[in-house]
Amino acid sequence: MLEGKDLACVRGERTLFSHLNFTLHEGELLLVQGVNGSGKTSLLRMVCGLLAPEFGDILWRGKKIGAARESYHAEMAYFGHAPAVKEDLTAFENLDFSCRLAGVALDREEVEGALGHLGLGHCLNLPAKSLSQGQRRRVALARMLLIKAKLWILDEPLTALDQAALQLVQSLIGEHLQRGGMALLTTHQPVVIPGVEPRFLQLTP
Amino acid sequence: MRTMQTIFALLRRELTLAMRRRGDVLTVLFFFVIVASLFPLGVGPDTQLLRLMGGGVVWVSALLAAMLSLGRLFANDYADGTLEQLVLTPTPPVIWITGKILAHWMVSGVPLILVAPVLGIQFGLSNEALGVLIFSLLLGTPVLSLIGAIGAALTLGLRGGGVLVSLLVLPLYIPVLIFGAGAVDGAMSGMGAEAHLSLLGGILILAFMLTPWAVSAALRISIE
Repeated sequence: MLEGKDLACVRGERTLFSHLNFTLHEGELLLVQGVNGSGKTSLLRMVCGLLAPEFGDILWRGKKIGAARESYHAEMAYFGHAPAVKEDLTAFENLDFSCRLAGVALDREEVEGALGHLGLGHCLNLPAKSLSQGQRRRVALARMLLIKAKLWILDEPLTALDQAALQLVQSLIGEHLQRGGMALLTTHQPVVIPGVEPRFLQLTP
Repeated sequence: MRTMQTIFALLRRELTLAMRRRGDVLTVLFFFVIVASLFPLGVGPDTQLLRLMGGGVVWVSALLAAMLSLGRLFANDYADGTLEQLVLTPTPPVIWITGKILAHWMVSGVPLILVAPVLGIQFGLSNEALGVLIFSLLLGTPVLSLIGAIGAALTLGLRGGGVLVSLLVLPLYIPVLIFGAGAVDGAMSGMGAEAHLSLLGGILILAFMLTPWAVSAALRISIE
């Protein structure tokens, strides 16, 4: 279970949000909402452990994420604004290396399977610089599938994707939740996942 | 076990990237050769003088070339989001930071060591001094990568970071320069290089143990 207790975020002189509380249980989806600049990305980076909260605590299975960093990061996967795809490596190499660095060693079929699942089967061996923005984001999404994390933290996962990919990503999130996973995501688009009633977290100053 | 796997995967990735971007590696190497070759043109063809300064000139050039390559260490990973993902792996930061620095040394330090003997011969260094030059670079260039990594991590994401790195890092390189060039000097004058080399080795051990922690702290600040 993921819990945020009395969180506050200050960027520069401005308080983006304060007294923010949330809980996230297995199989639940939490949608973070708010206007541009309301601190959605900051909240997600905080939950990841990239940004220290100005005030308050984030607890994973009852322990502060700072204290249980290694076990927390082993169960968490983050999909940020930058897709973490190296232009000089092929799609396959990108995915293979990023999984290995996350501590998951896979054989060739699994990696190729995940890329195929995301519709990149035909560009496995193309250097990533020849892929479009949307395709690079698909490579990053394939990584989420392979590292088998319990908690998905997704920052705007639906931008730069075509209609088919939108459907695919939403069904992937649905499958993840059915397996008992949890997801925290920000988006400006409507999210429709059959059988899942998302909870909302509104960010206000 | 897992630690070794991570370092191995990181090294393989960094070396693959370096192979795909050979231009970056060659730029540093040519810079090294050109800087060292400028000195004889500037001070004139006095063989005795050149022999005396040879060791120092090669070392100063190595310092400048090492500086030039620091920009690549974290900046690319920072820009494309890879650095965030590395921070979020369960591996302790000190481990993958050590791996990254090791890879940086293999790509930017080792080529300098391989070319240095040619430059040494240009300056008319004796055989013994050439051997000491290579050995001192072998001990010294990893220190340049280790210390440089702190500067690279601190200036990450700053405008004009490249110049700032030089100001931060060059003063810290001074001990390496003194003992590195001193070792070659000692070998030339027959005083022996052992004392300088042992000090250089000591600096390497110290830097290897301490700098990854400093880099880890600096990266945490830069990423926020």
